[in-house]
Amino acid sequence: MRRWRRSPGRELSLRRRRQLVPWLLIGPGLLWLVVFFAVPLANQLYVSLQTGDPETGYQFTWAFGTYVDAIKDYHEQFLRSIGYAATATVLCLIIGFPLAYYAAFKAKPFMRNLILLLVILPFFVSSVLRTVSWQLILFDDGWIVARFRDVGLLGDDGRLLATRTAVIAGITYNFLPFMILPLFVSLERIDRRLVEAATDLYASRAQAFRHVTLPLALPGIFAGSLLTFIPACGDFINAALLGTPKQSMIGNVIQSKFLFVQDYPTAAALSFILMTFILIGVALYGRLLGTKTLMESAV
Amino acid sequence: MRTRADQIRGWLLGAWTGLALLYLFIPVFVIAAFSFNDNQGRFNFTWQGFTLKHWQDPFADPDLALAMKNSLLIAGISTLIAVVLGTFMALALVRYSFRGRSTTDLFVFLPLATPEVVLGASLLALFLTMAVTTGFATIVVAHVMFTISYVVVTVKARLEGMDRHIEEAAMDLGASEWTAIRKITLPMIAPGVLAAALLAAAISVDDYVITSFNAGQTTTFPLFIFGATRQGVPPAVNVLATGLVLVILLLLALNVVVQRRLAARDRAAMP
Repeated sequence: MRRWRRSPGRELSLRRRRQLVPWLLIGPGLLWLVVFFAVPLANQLYVSLQTGDPETGYQFTWAFGTYVDAIKDYHEQFLRSIGYAATATVLCLIIGFPLAYYAAFKAKPFMRNLILLLVILPFFVSSVLRTVSWQLILFDDGWIVARFRDVGLLGDDGRLLATRTAVIAGITYNFLPFMILPLFVSLERIDRRLVEAATDLYASRAQAFRHVTLPLALPGIFAGSLLTFIPACGDFINAALLGTPKQSMIGNVIQSKFLFVQDYPTAAALSFILMTFILIGVALYGRLLGTKTLMESAV
Repeated sequence: MRTRADQIRGWLLGAWTGLALLYLFIPVFVIAAFSFNDNQGRFNFTWQGFTLKHWQDPFADPDLALAMKNSLLIAGISTLIAVVLGTFMALALVRYSFRGRSTTDLFVFLPLATPEVVLGASLLALFLTMAVTTGFATIVVAHVMFTISYVVVTVKARLEGMDRHIEEAAMDLGASEWTAIRKITLPMIAPGVLAAALLAAAISVDDYVITSFNAGQTTTFPLFIFGATRQGVPPAVNVLATGLVLVILLLLALNVVVQRRLAARDRAAMP
Protein backbone atom coordinates (compact mmCIF):
# COMPACT_ATOMS: atom_id res chain seq x y z
CA MET A 1 0.00 0.00 0.00
CA ARG A 2 2.72 2.41 0.92
CA ARG A 3 4.68 1.50 -2.16
CA TRP A 4 1.68 2.09 -4.31
CA ARG A 5 1.16 5.54 -2.85
CA ARG A 6 4.75 6.59 -3.23
CA SER A 7 5.18 5.45 -6.77
CA PRO A 8 3.43 8.36 -8.60
CA GLY A 9 5.80 10.76 -6.87
CA ARG A 10 8.78 8.70 -7.93
CA GLU A 11 7.54 8.49 -11.49
CA LEU A 12 7.23 12.23 -11.58
CA SER A 13 10.69 12.81 -10.26
CA LEU A 14 12.12 10.41 -12.79
CA ARG A 15 10.28 12.17 -15.58
CA ARG A 16 11.42 15.50 -14.31
CA ARG A 17 14.98 14.23 -14.21
CA ARG A 18 14.59 13.01 -17.79
CA GLN A 19 13.58 16.51 -18.79
CA LEU A 20 16.39 18.03 -16.82
CA VAL A 21 19.21 16.03 -18.47
CA PRO A 22 19.13 17.82 -21.86
CA TRP A 23 19.18 21.20 -20.15
CA LEU A 24 22.13 20.15 -17.99
CA LEU A 25 23.97 19.18 -21.17
CA ILE A 26 22.99 22.33 -23.03
CA GLY A 27 23.22 24.74 -20.11
CA PRO A 28 26.92 25.69 -20.00
CA GLY A 29 27.27 26.19 -23.76
CA LEU A 30 23.98 28.03 -24.00
CA LEU A 31 24.96 30.31 -21.12
CA TRP A 32 28.23 31.12 -22.90
CA LEU A 33 26.39 32.03 -26.09
CA VAL A 34 23.78 34.10 -24.25
CA VAL A 35 26.34 36.10 -22.26
CA PHE A 36 28.91 36.62 -25.03
CA PHE A 37 26.71 36.63 -28.13
CA ALA A 38 23.09 37.62 -27.37
CA VAL A 39 23.75 40.14 -24.60
CA PRO A 40 26.44 42.00 -26.65
CA LEU A 41 24.02 42.24 -29.59
CA ALA A 42 21.29 43.68 -27.33
CA ASN A 43 23.85 46.06 -25.84
CA GLN A 44 24.84 47.08 -29.37
CA LEU A 45 21.23 48.01 -30.11
CA TYR A 46 21.29 50.23 -27.01
CA VAL A 47 24.60 51.82 -28.06
CA SER A 48 23.28 52.54 -31.56
CA LEU A 49 20.61 54.83 -30.11
CA GLN A 50 23.08 56.96 -28.14
CA THR A 51 24.46 60.37 -29.06
CA GLY A 52 27.60 62.22 -28.01
CA ASP A 53 31.27 62.22 -28.95
CA PRO A 54 34.37 60.29 -27.89
CA GLU A 55 35.59 63.06 -25.54
CA THR A 56 32.46 63.68 -23.46
CA GLY A 57 31.01 60.19 -23.75
CA TYR A 58 27.71 58.93 -25.13
CA GLN A 59 24.19 59.18 -23.68
CA PHE A 60 21.10 57.20 -24.56
CA THR A 61 18.67 59.48 -26.43
CA TRP A 62 16.59 57.26 -28.76
CA ALA A 63 18.69 58.70 -31.57
CA PHE A 64 17.13 56.99 -34.60
CA GLY A 65 18.70 59.73 -36.73
CA THR A 66 22.00 57.82 -36.59
CA TYR A 67 20.42 55.08 -38.71
CA VAL A 68 19.19 57.57 -41.31
CA ASP A 69 22.59 59.27 -41.49
CA ALA A 70 24.40 55.93 -41.66
CA ILE A 71 22.35 54.81 -44.66
CA LYS A 72 22.71 58.21 -46.34
CA ASP A 73 26.49 58.25 -45.91
CA TYR A 74 27.35 54.64 -46.56
CA HIS A 75 24.72 53.14 -48.88
CA GLU A 76 27.44 52.82 -51.53
CA GLN A 77 29.57 50.56 -49.30
CA PHE A 78 26.49 48.54 -48.35
CA LEU A 79 25.53 47.88 -51.94
CA ARG A 80 29.14 47.12 -52.85
CA SER A 81 29.51 44.63 -49.95
CA ILE A 82 26.35 42.81 -50.95
CA GLY A 83 27.36 42.76 -54.63
CA TYR A 84 30.88 41.46 -53.89
CA ALA A 85 29.64 38.90 -51.37
CA ALA A 86 26.91 37.62 -53.71
CA THR A 87 29.35 37.27 -56.62
CA ALA A 88 31.86 35.47 -54.40
CA THR A 89 29.13 33.12 -53.09
CA VAL A 90 28.11 32.11 -56.61
CA LEU A 91 31.77 31.52 -57.53
CA CYS A 92 32.28 29.44 -54.37
CA LEU A 93 29.26 27.32 -55.27
CA ILE A 94 30.58 26.76 -58.81
CA ILE A 95 34.06 25.84 -57.57
CA GLY A 96 32.94 23.95 -54.47
CA PHE A 97 30.00 21.84 -55.61
CA PRO A 98 31.91 19.48 -57.95
CA LEU A 99 34.60 19.09 -55.28
CA ALA A 100 32.07 18.23 -52.57
CA TYR A 101 30.27 15.89 -55.00
CA TYR A 102 33.51 14.12 -55.87
CA ALA A 103 34.46 13.77 -52.20
CA ALA A 104 31.02 12.48 -51.22
CA PHE A 105 30.34 10.03 -54.07
CA LYS A 106 33.45 9.20 -56.08
CA ALA A 107 36.38 9.25 -53.66
CA LYS A 108 37.48 6.27 -51.56
CA PRO A 109 37.26 6.81 -47.78
CA PHE A 110 40.97 7.66 -47.39
CA MET A 111 40.86 10.06 -50.33
CA ARG A 112 37.69 11.63 -48.96
CA ASN A 113 39.30 12.34 -45.59
CA LEU A 114 42.39 13.68 -47.33
CA ILE A 115 40.33 16.09 -49.44
CA LEU A 116 38.46 17.37 -46.38
CA LEU A 117 41.74 17.78 -44.50
CA LEU A 118 43.23 19.73 -47.41
CA VAL A 119 40.20 22.01 -47.41
CA ILE A 120 40.75 22.87 -43.72
CA LEU A 121 44.55 22.90 -43.69
CA PRO A 122 45.09 26.36 -45.26
CA PHE A 123 43.35 27.90 -42.22
CA PHE A 124 46.44 27.11 -40.18
CA VAL A 125 48.47 29.43 -42.42
CA SER A 126 46.18 32.30 -41.31
CA SER A 127 43.92 34.05 -43.81
CA VAL A 128 45.81 37.32 -43.36
CA LEU A 129 49.09 35.74 -44.48
CA ARG A 130 47.41 33.95 -47.40
CA THR A 131 45.85 37.24 -48.50
CA VAL A 132 49.27 38.92 -48.25
CA SER A 133 50.52 36.06 -50.39
CA TRP A 134 47.87 36.83 -53.04
CA GLN A 135 49.09 40.43 -52.92
CA LEU A 136 52.53 39.12 -53.83
CA ILE A 137 51.19 36.84 -56.58
CA LEU A 138 49.06 39.56 -58.19
CA PHE A 139 51.39 42.51 -57.80
CA ASP A 140 52.16 44.77 -60.76
CA ASP A 141 55.66 43.49 -61.61
CA GLY A 142 54.78 39.88 -60.91
CA TRP A 143 54.72 36.85 -63.18
CA ILE A 144 50.93 36.59 -63.44
CA VAL A 145 50.40 40.20 -64.48
CA ALA A 146 53.22 39.89 -67.06
CA ARG A 147 51.61 36.76 -68.58
CA PHE A 148 48.16 38.36 -68.59
CA ARG A 149 49.66 41.31 -70.48
CA ASP A 150 51.40 38.97 -72.92
CA VAL A 151 48.19 37.25 -73.92
CA GLY A 152 46.26 40.50 -74.00
CA LEU A 153 43.95 39.84 -71.04
CA LEU A 154 45.34 43.03 -69.51
CA GLY A 155 46.44 46.26 -71.22
CA ASP A 156 50.05 47.39 -70.95
CA ASP A 157 49.34 49.38 -67.81
CA GLY A 158 46.53 47.08 -66.69
CA ARG A 159 46.78 45.70 -63.18
CA LEU A 160 45.19 43.02 -61.06
CA LEU A 161 46.03 44.22 -57.58
CA ALA A 162 43.90 47.06 -56.23
CA THR A 163 40.96 46.17 -58.47
CA ARG A 164 37.44 44.89 -57.90
CA THR A 165 38.43 41.58 -59.47
CA ALA A 166 41.21 41.08 -56.93
CA VAL A 167 38.92 41.79 -53.98
CA ILE A 168 36.18 39.44 -55.23
CA ALA A 169 38.74 36.72 -56.02
CA GLY A 170 40.21 37.17 -52.53
CA ILE A 171 36.81 36.84 -50.87
CA THR A 172 36.01 33.76 -52.98
CA TYR A 173 39.33 32.26 -51.97
CA ASN A 174 38.91 32.98 -48.26
CA PHE A 175 35.37 31.64 -47.88
CA LEU A 176 35.53 28.61 -50.19
CA PRO A 177 35.98 26.10 -47.30
CA PHE A 178 32.82 27.44 -45.64
CA MET A 179 30.90 26.53 -48.79
CA ILE A 180 32.52 23.13 -49.30
CA LEU A 181 32.02 21.67 -45.79
CA PRO A 182 28.20 22.03 -45.53
CA LEU A 183 27.83 20.94 -49.18
CA PHE A 184 29.80 17.80 -48.41
CA VAL A 185 27.78 17.02 -45.28
CA SER A 186 24.44 17.24 -47.12
CA LEU A 187 25.66 15.30 -50.16
CA GLU A 188 27.15 12.54 -48.05
CA ARG A 189 23.80 12.02 -46.32
CA ILE A 190 22.01 11.29 -49.59
CA ASP A 191 20.96 7.68 -49.93
CA ARG A 192 22.56 6.55 -53.20
CA ARG A 193 19.83 3.98 -53.69
CA LEU A 194 17.42 6.82 -54.49
CA VAL A 195 19.58 7.86 -57.45
CA GLU A 196 19.87 4.23 -58.54
CA ALA A 197 16.10 3.89 -58.33
CA ALA A 198 15.72 6.94 -60.54
CA THR A 199 18.11 5.57 -63.19
CA ASP A 200 16.48 2.14 -62.97
CA LEU A 201 13.22 3.87 -63.79
CA TYR A 202 14.83 5.20 -66.99
CA ALA A 203 15.84 8.65 -65.79
CA SER A 204 18.93 9.88 -67.59
CA ARG A 205 21.97 10.78 -65.45
CA ALA A 206 21.15 14.47 -65.89
CA GLN A 207 17.51 13.94 -64.93
CA ALA A 208 18.45 11.91 -61.87
CA PHE A 209 20.82 14.67 -60.82
CA ARG A 210 18.27 17.42 -61.37
CA HIS A 211 15.30 15.69 -59.78
CA VAL A 212 16.92 13.60 -57.04
CA THR A 213 20.44 14.68 -56.05
CA LEU A 214 20.00 18.43 -56.36
CA PRO A 215 16.76 18.71 -54.33
CA LEU A 216 18.31 16.55 -51.59
CA ALA A 217 21.43 18.72 -51.62
CA LEU A 218 19.42 21.95 -51.24
CA PRO A 219 19.86 22.21 -47.44
CA GLY A 220 23.63 22.05 -47.95
CA ILE A 221 23.52 24.62 -50.75
CA PHE A 222 21.46 26.87 -48.51
CA ALA A 223 23.71 26.44 -45.45
CA GLY A 224 26.88 26.81 -47.52
CA SER A 225 25.58 29.96 -49.18
CA LEU A 226 24.73 31.47 -45.80
CA LEU A 227 28.09 30.56 -44.28
CA THR A 228 29.82 32.15 -47.28
CA PHE A 229 27.63 35.13 -48.05
CA ILE A 230 27.10 36.42 -44.52
CA PRO A 231 30.73 36.54 -43.32
CA ALA A 232 31.74 37.83 -46.77
CA CYS A 233 29.34 40.77 -46.38
CA GLY A 234 31.20 41.87 -43.27
CA ASP A 235 34.71 41.07 -44.51
CA PHE A 236 37.28 43.83 -44.56
CA ILE A 237 40.66 42.09 -44.85
CA ASN A 238 40.40 41.47 -48.60
CA ALA A 239 39.29 45.01 -49.38
CA ALA A 240 42.06 46.37 -47.13
CA LEU A 241 44.86 44.23 -48.56
CA LEU A 242 43.81 43.63 -52.17
CA GLY A 243 41.77 46.76 -52.90
CA THR A 244 41.86 50.52 -52.58
CA PRO A 245 39.43 52.85 -50.78
CA LYS A 246 37.38 52.65 -54.01
CA GLN A 247 36.67 48.99 -53.15
CA SER A 248 36.10 49.57 -49.44
CA MET A 249 33.29 47.51 -47.97
CA ILE A 250 30.96 48.08 -45.04
CA GLY A 251 33.24 45.99 -42.81
CA ASN A 252 36.04 48.50 -43.38
CA VAL A 253 33.72 51.34 -42.33
CA ILE A 254 32.49 49.56 -39.18
CA GLN A 255 36.02 48.62 -38.17
CA SER A 256 37.44 52.12 -38.58
CA LYS A 257 34.39 53.78 -36.96
CA PHE A 258 34.78 51.50 -34.00
CA LEU A 259 38.52 51.19 -33.49
CA PHE A 260 39.92 54.46 -34.87
CA VAL A 261 37.20 57.16 -34.89
CA GLN A 262 35.51 55.67 -31.80
CA ASP A 263 32.11 56.68 -33.14
CA TYR A 264 30.41 53.75 -31.40
CA PRO A 265 26.76 54.63 -32.16
CA THR A 266 27.36 54.85 -35.91
CA ALA A 267 29.37 51.61 -35.90
CA ALA A 268 26.55 49.90 -33.97
CA ALA A 269 23.87 51.31 -36.26
CA LEU A 270 25.82 50.14 -39.33
CA SER A 271 26.07 46.66 -37.80
CA PHE A 272 22.31 46.48 -37.35
CA ILE A 273 21.56 47.78 -40.82
CA LEU A 274 23.92 45.11 -42.18
CA MET A 275 22.18 42.40 -40.13
CA THR A 276 18.76 43.59 -41.37
CA PHE A 277 19.92 43.53 -44.98
CA ILE A 278 21.27 40.02 -44.44
CA LEU A 279 18.11 38.72 -42.77
CA ILE A 280 15.95 40.05 -45.60
CA GLY A 281 18.32 38.55 -48.15
CA VAL A 282 18.32 35.18 -46.37
CA ALA A 283 14.52 35.13 -46.20
CA LEU A 284 14.24 35.92 -49.93
CA TYR A 285 16.84 33.29 -50.78
CA GLY A 286 15.00 30.70 -48.68
CA ARG A 287 11.80 31.54 -50.58
CA LEU A 288 13.64 31.23 -53.85
CA LEU A 289 14.92 27.76 -53.02
CA GLY A 290 11.40 27.02 -51.98
CA THR A 291 11.46 24.79 -48.92
CA LYS A 292 9.79 26.04 -45.78
CA THR A 293 11.74 23.78 -43.49
CA LEU A 294 15.02 24.60 -45.20
CA MET A 295 16.36 26.54 -42.25
CA GLU A 296 15.56 23.69 -39.89
CA SER A 297 17.12 21.05 -42.09
CA ALA A 298 20.13 23.27 -42.75
CA VAL A 299 21.09 23.67 -39.10
CA MET B 1 27.37 -0.91 -64.74
CA ARG B 2 30.10 1.60 -65.37
CA THR B 3 30.00 3.04 -68.84
CA ARG B 4 32.66 5.03 -70.64
CA ALA B 5 30.67 8.23 -70.03
CA ASP B 6 30.67 7.47 -66.30
CA GLN B 7 34.41 7.07 -66.33
CA ILE B 8 34.95 10.36 -68.14
CA ARG B 9 32.59 12.07 -65.72
CA GLY B 10 34.60 10.69 -62.80
CA TRP B 11 37.87 11.90 -64.30
CA LEU B 12 36.48 15.36 -64.97
CA LEU B 13 35.19 15.65 -61.41
CA GLY B 14 38.54 14.46 -60.08
CA ALA B 15 40.40 16.98 -62.22
CA TRP B 16 38.10 19.79 -61.07
CA THR B 17 38.66 18.74 -57.44
CA GLY B 18 42.42 18.79 -58.00
CA LEU B 19 42.28 22.25 -59.53
CA ALA B 20 40.09 23.62 -56.72
CA LEU B 21 42.51 22.23 -54.11
CA LEU B 22 45.40 23.75 -56.08
CA TYR B 23 43.61 27.11 -55.95
CA LEU B 24 43.37 26.74 -52.15
CA PHE B 25 47.06 25.89 -51.92
CA ILE B 26 48.71 28.31 -54.38
CA PRO B 27 49.24 31.01 -51.74
CA VAL B 28 50.41 28.37 -49.25
CA PHE B 29 53.06 27.15 -51.71
CA VAL B 30 54.17 30.72 -52.35
CA ILE B 31 54.47 31.31 -48.59
CA ALA B 32 56.51 28.12 -48.19
CA ALA B 33 58.75 29.00 -51.16
CA PHE B 34 59.48 32.49 -49.88
CA SER B 35 60.57 31.09 -46.52
CA PHE B 36 63.69 29.97 -48.48
CA ASN B 37 64.17 33.32 -50.23
CA ASP B 38 67.50 35.05 -49.73
CA ASN B 39 65.84 38.47 -49.58
CA GLN B 40 67.79 41.72 -49.33
CA GLY B 41 66.36 44.49 -47.17
CA ARG B 42 62.98 44.45 -45.46
CA PHE B 43 60.79 43.24 -48.30
CA ASN B 44 60.30 39.61 -49.22
CA PHE B 45 58.58 40.24 -52.54
CA THR B 46 60.84 39.03 -55.34
CA TRP B 47 62.83 35.82 -55.59
CA GLN B 48 66.53 36.44 -55.00
CA GLY B 49 68.03 33.03 -54.41
CA PHE B 50 67.78 30.00 -52.16
CA THR B 51 68.83 30.11 -48.53
CA LEU B 52 68.15 28.15 -45.34
CA LYS B 53 69.10 31.03 -43.07
CA HIS B 54 65.52 31.93 -42.06
CA TRP B 55 64.91 28.37 -40.91
CA GLN B 56 67.90 28.41 -38.53
CA ASP B 57 66.32 30.59 -35.87
CA PRO B 58 62.68 31.38 -36.67
CA PHE B 59 62.04 32.48 -33.07
CA ALA B 60 64.73 35.19 -33.16
CA ASP B 61 62.18 38.02 -33.12
CA PRO B 62 60.75 37.91 -29.57
CA ASP B 63 57.54 39.72 -30.61
CA LEU B 64 56.86 37.18 -33.34
CA ALA B 65 57.68 34.25 -31.06
CA LEU B 66 55.29 35.61 -28.43
CA ALA B 67 52.55 36.16 -31.03
CA MET B 68 52.89 32.56 -32.22
CA LYS B 69 52.88 31.25 -28.66
CA ASN B 70 49.75 33.29 -27.87
CA SER B 71 47.98 32.01 -30.98
CA LEU B 72 48.70 28.37 -30.16
CA LEU B 73 47.77 28.75 -26.48
CA ILE B 74 44.54 30.56 -27.33
CA ALA B 75 43.65 27.95 -29.93
CA GLY B 76 44.38 25.12 -27.46
CA ILE B 77 42.40 26.55 -24.55
CA SER B 78 39.44 27.79 -26.57
CA THR B 79 39.22 24.57 -28.59
CA LEU B 80 39.17 22.51 -25.41
CA ILE B 81 36.36 24.58 -23.88
CA ALA B 82 34.38 24.82 -27.12
CA VAL B 83 34.64 21.08 -27.83
CA VAL B 84 33.43 20.11 -24.35
CA LEU B 85 30.54 22.59 -24.30
CA GLY B 86 29.64 22.01 -27.95
CA THR B 87 29.68 18.20 -27.79
CA PHE B 88 27.30 18.19 -24.81
CA MET B 89 25.00 20.60 -26.64
CA ALA B 90 25.01 18.42 -29.76
CA LEU B 91 24.24 15.33 -27.63
CA ALA B 92 21.24 17.03 -26.08
CA LEU B 93 19.99 18.46 -29.38
CA VAL B 94 20.08 15.12 -31.21
CA ARG B 95 19.30 12.65 -28.43
CA TYR B 96 16.53 14.33 -26.47
CA SER B 97 13.28 15.91 -27.47
CA PHE B 98 12.39 18.74 -25.18
CA ARG B 99 10.50 21.98 -25.31
CA GLY B 100 12.63 24.70 -26.88
CA ARG B 101 14.83 22.35 -28.88
CA SER B 102 14.26 23.87 -32.31
CA THR B 103 14.64 27.38 -30.85
CA THR B 104 17.96 26.35 -29.29
CA ASP B 105 18.99 24.80 -32.60
CA LEU B 106 18.35 28.06 -34.41
CA PHE B 107 20.03 30.10 -31.68
CA VAL B 108 23.20 28.00 -31.92
CA PHE B 109 23.27 28.59 -35.68
CA LEU B 110 22.95 32.39 -35.32
CA PRO B 111 26.61 33.18 -34.46
CA LEU B 112 27.59 31.46 -37.72
CA ALA B 113 25.11 33.68 -39.53
CA THR B 114 26.48 36.90 -38.06
CA PRO B 115 29.33 38.76 -39.78
CA GLU B 116 32.52 38.57 -37.75
CA VAL B 117 32.89 42.32 -37.71
CA VAL B 118 29.52 42.56 -35.92
CA LEU B 119 30.45 39.78 -33.44
CA GLY B 120 33.79 41.42 -32.67
CA ALA B 121 32.45 44.95 -32.36
CA SER B 122 29.50 44.06 -30.13
CA LEU B 123 31.64 41.95 -27.82
CA LEU B 124 34.13 44.80 -27.47
CA ALA B 125 31.27 47.22 -26.77
CA LEU B 126 30.14 44.93 -23.95
CA PHE B 127 33.65 44.72 -22.52
CA LEU B 128 33.95 48.51 -22.68
CA THR B 129 30.60 48.98 -20.94
CA MET B 130 31.57 46.51 -18.21
CA ALA B 131 35.03 48.11 -17.94
CA VAL B 132 36.73 44.75 -18.63
CA THR B 133 40.35 45.14 -19.78
CA THR B 134 40.76 43.34 -23.09
CA GLY B 135 43.65 40.91 -23.54
CA PHE B 136 44.45 37.20 -23.56
CA ALA B 137 41.35 36.16 -21.57
CA THR B 138 38.91 38.17 -23.67
CA ILE B 139 40.36 36.66 -26.86
CA VAL B 140 39.74 33.17 -25.44
CA VAL B 141 36.18 34.14 -24.48
CA ALA B 142 35.55 35.45 -28.01
CA HIS B 143 37.07 32.42 -29.72
CA VAL B 144 35.03 29.96 -27.64
CA MET B 145 31.91 31.96 -28.50
CA PHE B 146 32.36 31.72 -32.26
CA THR B 147 33.78 28.17 -32.42
CA ILE B 148 31.09 26.47 -30.25
CA SER B 149 28.59 26.60 -33.11
CA TYR B 150 31.02 24.92 -35.52
CA VAL B 151 31.56 22.13 -32.96
CA VAL B 152 27.82 21.66 -32.44
CA VAL B 153 27.11 21.48 -36.19
CA THR B 154 29.98 19.03 -36.84
CA VAL B 155 29.24 16.69 -33.92
CA LYS B 156 25.50 16.77 -34.67
CA ALA B 157 26.15 15.59 -38.22
CA ARG B 158 28.07 12.61 -36.81
CA LEU B 159 25.44 11.82 -34.16
CA GLU B 160 22.60 11.89 -36.66
CA GLY B 161 24.28 9.18 -38.71
CA MET B 162 24.70 6.94 -35.65
CA ASP B 163 22.65 3.91 -34.67
CA ARG B 164 20.62 4.83 -31.62
CA HIS B 165 19.86 1.18 -30.77
CA ILE B 166 23.33 0.41 -29.45
CA GLU B 167 22.89 2.97 -26.67
CA GLU B 168 19.42 1.67 -25.93
CA ALA B 169 20.78 -1.85 -25.72
CA ALA B 170 23.36 -0.70 -23.19
CA MET B 171 20.70 0.97 -21.08
CA ASP B 172 18.43 -2.10 -21.33
CA LEU B 173 21.35 -4.10 -19.98
CA GLY B 174 21.40 -1.85 -16.93
CA ALA B 175 23.85 0.89 -17.85
CA SER B 176 22.90 4.29 -16.49
CA GLU B 177 22.34 7.17 -18.88
CA TRP B 178 25.75 8.63 -18.04
CA THR B 179 27.56 5.29 -18.41
CA ALA B 180 25.90 4.76 -21.80
CA ILE B 181 27.07 8.18 -22.96
CA ARG B 182 30.58 7.59 -21.63
CA LYS B 183 31.10 4.01 -22.81
CA ILE B 184 29.05 3.91 -26.01
CA THR B 185 28.19 7.31 -27.42
CA LEU B 186 31.44 9.19 -26.86
CA PRO B 187 33.72 6.53 -28.38
CA MET B 188 31.39 6.23 -31.36
CA ILE B 189 31.33 9.95 -32.07
CA ALA B 190 35.05 10.38 -31.34
CA PRO B 191 36.00 10.88 -35.03
CA GLY B 192 33.36 13.61 -35.29
CA VAL B 193 34.62 15.24 -32.10
CA LEU B 194 38.20 15.10 -33.43
CA ALA B 195 37.10 16.70 -36.70
CA ALA B 196 35.26 19.39 -34.74
CA ALA B 197 38.35 20.06 -32.62
CA LEU B 198 40.51 20.35 -35.73
CA LEU B 199 38.04 22.76 -37.31
CA ALA B 200 37.73 24.84 -34.12
CA ALA B 201 41.51 25.05 -33.72
CA ALA B 202 41.93 25.97 -37.39
CA ILE B 203 39.37 28.76 -37.22
CA SER B 204 40.84 30.05 -33.96
CA VAL B 205 44.43 30.16 -35.30
CA ASP B 206 43.14 31.75 -38.51
CA ASP B 207 40.97 34.47 -37.01
CA TYR B 208 41.92 38.09 -37.46
CA VAL B 209 38.67 40.07 -37.40
CA ILE B 210 37.17 39.15 -34.02
CA THR B 211 40.60 39.00 -32.39
CA SER B 212 41.52 42.48 -33.62
CA PHE B 213 38.60 43.91 -31.67
CA ASN B 214 39.16 42.04 -28.41
CA ALA B 215 42.95 41.75 -28.20
CA GLY B 216 43.87 44.87 -26.22
CA GLN B 217 47.67 44.85 -25.93
CA THR B 218 47.97 41.13 -26.71
CA THR B 219 49.29 40.11 -30.14
CA THR B 220 48.42 36.92 -31.97
CA PHE B 221 50.05 35.52 -35.12
CA PRO B 222 47.48 37.02 -37.57
CA LEU B 223 47.57 40.37 -35.74
CA PHE B 224 51.37 40.42 -35.98
CA ILE B 225 51.22 39.71 -39.73
CA PHE B 226 48.60 42.39 -40.38
CA GLY B 227 50.68 44.89 -38.41
CA ALA B 228 53.77 43.92 -40.41
CA THR B 229 52.18 44.30 -43.88
CA ARG B 230 53.13 47.98 -44.06
CA GLN B 231 56.86 47.45 -43.43
CA GLY B 232 57.03 44.10 -45.21
CA VAL B 233 56.31 40.72 -43.63
CA PRO B 234 59.59 39.17 -42.34
CA PRO B 235 60.53 35.72 -43.76
CA ALA B 236 60.43 34.27 -40.23
CA VAL B 237 56.62 34.52 -40.52
CA ASN B 238 56.73 32.31 -43.62
CA VAL B 239 58.92 29.83 -41.76
CA LEU B 240 56.58 29.62 -38.76
CA ALA B 241 53.45 29.32 -40.92
CA THR B 242 55.02 26.58 -43.05
CA GLY B 243 56.35 24.84 -39.95
CA LEU B 244 52.92 24.83 -38.29
CA VAL B 245 51.31 23.20 -41.33
CA LEU B 246 54.07 20.56 -41.40
CA VAL B 247 53.66 19.81 -37.69
CA ILE B 248 49.89 19.40 -38.09
CA LEU B 249 50.31 17.12 -41.10
CA LEU B 250 52.80 15.05 -39.13
CA LEU B 251 50.44 14.73 -36.14
CA LEU B 252 47.56 13.67 -38.39
CA ALA B 253 49.72 11.14 -40.22
CA LEU B 254 50.76 9.76 -36.83
CA ASN B 255 47.09 9.54 -35.85
CA VAL B 256 46.30 7.57 -39.01
CA VAL B 257 49.18 5.16 -38.33
CA VAL B 258 48.10 4.60 -34.71
CA GLN B 259 44.46 4.07 -35.75
CA ARG B 260 45.50 1.48 -38.33
CA ARG B 261 47.69 -0.34 -35.79
CA LEU B 262 44.81 -0.41 -33.30
CA ALA B 263 42.38 -1.64 -35.94
CA ALA B 264 44.83 -4.37 -37.00
CA ARG B 265 45.29 -5.43 -33.36
CA ASP B 266 41.52 -5.60 -32.85
CA ARG B 267 41.15 -7.72 -35.96
CA ALA B 268 43.92 -10.03 -34.77
CA ALA B 269 42.29 -10.37 -31.35
CA MET B 270 39.05 -11.53 -32.87
CA PRO B 271 38.63 -15.31 -33.16
